[in-house]
Amino acid sequence: MSTHRQEYVLRLGDDALVLSHRLAEWSSNAPQLEDDIALTNIGLDLLGQARSLLTYAGKLEGRSRDEDDFAYLRQESEYKSCQLVEQPNNDDFGFAIARLLFFSTYQVALYSGLTHSTDATLSAIAAKALKEVLYHREYSTSWTLRLGDGTAESHERMQQSINNVWRFTGELFEKDAVVDGLTSEGVAPDPERLSAEWNLYIDSTLAEATLDRPNVPFRAGTGRSGRHSEHLGYMLAEMQYLHRLHPGATW
Amino acid sequence: MSENPATNNSVADLQAEGGHGAVPIAGVPTGLGAQPPGSDKWTLFEVFVRARRGLSHNHVGSLHAADAEMALHNARDVYTRRQEGVSIWVIPSTAITASSPDEKDQYFEPAADKIYRHPTFYDVPSGVQM
Repeated sequence: MSTHRQEYVLRLGDDALVLSHRLAEWSSNAPQLEDDIALTNIGLDLLGQARSLLTYAGKLEGRSRDEDDFAYLRQESEYKSCQLVEQPNNDDFGFAIARLLFFSTYQVALYSGLTHSTDATLSAIAAKALKEVLYHREYSTSWTLRLGDGTAESHERMQQSINNVWRFTGELFEKDAVVDGLTSEGVAPDPERLSAEWNLYIDSTLAEATLDRPNVPFRAGTGRSGRHSEHLGYMLAEMQYLHRLHPGATW
Repeated sequence: MSENPATNNSVADLQAEGGHGAVPIAGVPTGLGAQPPGSDKWTLFEVFVRARRGLSHNHVGSLHAADAEMALHNARDVYTRRQEGVSIWVIPSTAITASSPDEKDQYFEPAADKIYRHPTFYDVPSGVQM
């Protein structure tokens, strides 16, 4: 079922690409220069993952679309990213850290699982990316602890950010025909196992940071079927503008 | 936005420190008014990076951070993102005791004329590769 596989690879690639753009938006906007560099560095790691994954998706599709075709010439409804990654930063560092903590913890579990994939390309991409996302998790964890267990104000704002991001995390572990098929083939790790690993790490991190695990229901995820919040369209407009105006532009 | 930071801070506050190099500051908006709260209390750390196995750690610069772990993360991102190293040390600048530039003469001058301390008075046997 190579179409299922292509769909799955697109989801992973789009998640990485969209969050990479959101992290790039911190360039010159983080609270201090070093975190400017840290967040954009992490964004570049994710961009590298997106390039490998989208290139592989093109190969699986077999219609000679390359990474740029996927990144710059698809519309909002063709993007298969989850809604977590497209949410705007709103200049809120706590929000960026909370999202990165949740997403990198998911990616650590995901790529660990994928290193055992029966798909050799996916397992090679995962082995390289795992080293990157382990650092992303370490970075976001240390800021979560520092802010959560910091001053009264930093604690309150970090808790608020955790609460705001929480409802988007359920979509990371949703199952459907695509995931089920690939799980049984041994290509993709089982979302239930990923969720268990994720909850274990998040619970212990929140507890150490003296933050409460939010008691908020998950939002029904629709990103995988191409239905996004209003924010993705604006982001793509900015990201794709140059390429669409000057097709094939290089510098 | 229009306030001139130079009127609110002494020149000493505006000097670039350590490894960031000399930066022209006259008339340049430094954004000092927009620093994160409390960051004026951050510790200055000196950063040492080992380029590869077998070499020693070299001083590469310095940075401010709230704690040692943040200093290590910042050093990783600022000083090793182009594969400059395999190991990083961060050390609070206050932990370093340095010789004073004023004492340079009494410390180092007397060694200048003692050439017999250099291993240059031996005949090197043929066959030894230098």
